[in-house]
Amino acid sequence: MAGVRLSRISKRFGDVPVIDDVSLDIEAGEFIVFLGPSGCGKSTLLRMIAGLETVDAGGIEVAGQRIDHLPPGARNVAMVFQQYALYPHMTVRENLAFGLRNARVPAGEIAQRIKDAAQRLEISPLLERRPGQLSGGQRQRVAIARAIVKKPALFLFDEPLSNLDAALRARTRVELAQLHQQLGATMIFVTHDQVEAMTLADRIVVIHEHRIEQIGTPMEIYRRPASQFVASFVGTPRINLIAVKIAEVDGKVLARLPDGSTVSTGIPFAGLSAGADMTLGLRAEAIRIGDNTAGLRGTARVVERLGDRTLVHVALPDGTLLTAEDRGDSTLQPGEPVGIAVDGGAAHLFAADGTACHAGAR
Amino acid sequence: MTDTAQRRWSGAWFVVPYLAVFVLMLVVPLIIGLRLSMTRGDLFGIKEFIGFANFARLFADPVFRQTVWNTFYFVLLTVPAMTLIGLMLALVLNHQARWAAILRAVFFASTVLSVTVVTLIWRLVLIPEGGLAAVIAKAIGTEPVAYLSEQALAMPSVAVTTIWWGIGLPMVLFLAALQQVPRDIYEAAALDNASRMRTLLSITLPSIRRTIVLVIVVEIILQFQLFGQPQLMTGGGPNNSTRPVVLFIYETGWKQWQLGYAAAASQVLFALIAIAAMAQYWFSSRKEAA
Repeated sequence: MAGVRLSRISKRFGDVPVIDDVSLDIEAGEFIVFLGPSGCGKSTLLRMIAGLETVDAGGIEVAGQRIDHLPPGARNVAMVFQQYALYPHMTVRENLAFGLRNARVPAGEIAQRIKDAAQRLEISPLLERRPGQLSGGQRQRVAIARAIVKKPALFLFDEPLSNLDAALRARTRVELAQLHQQLGATMIFVTHDQVEAMTLADRIVVIHEHRIEQIGTPMEIYRRPASQFVASFVGTPRINLIAVKIAEVDGKVLARLPDGSTVSTGIPFAGLSAGADMTLGLRAEAIRIGDNTAGLRGTARVVERLGDRTLVHVALPDGTLLTAEDRGDSTLQPGEPVGIAVDGGAAHLFAADGTACHAGAR
Repeated sequence: MTDTAQRRWSGAWFVVPYLAVFVLMLVVPLIIGLRLSMTRGDLFGIKEFIGFANFARLFADPVFRQTVWNTFYFVLLTVPAMTLIGLMLALVLNHQARWAAILRAVFFASTVLSVTVVTLIWRLVLIPEGGLAAVIAKAIGTEPVAYLSEQALAMPSVAVTTIWWGIGLPMVLFLAALQQVPRDIYEAAALDNASRMRTLLSITLPSIRRTIVLVIVVEIILQFQLFGQPQLMTGGGPNNSTRPVVLFIYETGWKQWQLGYAAAASQVLFALIAIAAMAQYWFSSRKEAA
């Protein structure tokens, strides 16, 4: 187990910055997820920690030791690749043993470690097969086993679930969480899938345009997004973003929508200026379908029944579309007029530069 | 014709053009050649059927036996060297850099030359009076060697010429194979602490094993057909030491007009190539199964 420290690291490919002055402290035993859209630099950051990409500036420490000048094999890290990267001409057993033999681990211990890892990941019957004879899910387990047998200080996962079908992905996600609990090892996991990030992470590092946008627990990221980008990237359905003008009522922000209707929020007004143009962020669960007497009125356009809840796309009189939530047994039909009630305590407000204000403390 | 039968045979039309050429240009000549090899024939026609007499005469002919040995010797000199050098060049030149692209073109360039040009170049290199090899020999203070007139050096000289000429093909085949190896396997090996040598032996070579077999089989078949280089460089001499089977066939058939005898020698060469290629193929596929 080892902590990881990234100190002001940067990387460019030619003229293009890929990682721009990133610093991050990871506690020993923590499960960290790098979350971001394609091309944001999250995979490059992981590969820099692995030693597969060079670091242009800054330093990387694992367990207090500077490692960014070491070759990948000397960093005591193990990586699970998106395409698994198993050696196709070797059996599963040889795949697991390869790294240990190179590290001159005694044969008896290699056999024992392979046995343990194979049992843990339920791949014991597959040990004499080659990767070509395995399904995608089995290959994934072998790739994870190959990381485990090395007993590394740090596990790195590069979008390892993206090639699995939905059911297998959900199952493997749970198993990875269990594996982390059992091993207690430090793990860094890269994904663009916010569900994976929310369910697996102790802390999520949201990366956007080559920089860290926010670091926090899944609920912090969800409830108090640091920017408009984080708010819109995390959460399904996507957060509603509405252009508003703000005013002050009792020290709190009152948001005036384009159609003239108002939403009172729990956001403190202090430091804001009345009449300013801002963006109001409301998640679907903060907009409930109510009776026709509720605060805002609109027309249901599309009704998505998800079983436990119903998502309703509501058009306000001026055409603004909002995603609202209703009970699972809702009988609402498209075209019906609806009233919607907004939970102002769960509202977010974003300035033009993307920075956020939330209800409660600023 | 029933529907199913019609459907089954309609596919045959797609094969017919190739099959026709194959039968006309390969199968028919093969059969004619087989028949010819059992006759006493010359350019004016087949004189008489003589069974296996031509073959008996071949195996008793010291010149023919010498050419068979020469051919084997040549294959032994060229095929392993071409495979190894081709592989090494491919490993060194398997880079995105500009210098690698230029060198790839340079090493492949000789392949496009005709045998006449290649042998002319190498005769100029190897002649003892003023050739490049002689100039170098003088520069380092040794006597120039008459490579093509020395019995022990003539065939190795032909082999060097051939390797220089033909190295492009194995090199590009290996390059193509190397570029097929997924990069993440190398990255996994790097994280597995594999040294360069370990990566070469445990990752690269097993990954391109099929291409190695292909190159060896192709080169065996090609080099068994050695002809133009000794014909133009040495005329088969000195003392028959560079005379290969194909040159023997050519001279017997087209200079001495003994077509039946030459056809019999062709059948022997055909059998030799088939056996050598199949043995190599069998050996490597058995290793794969193991």
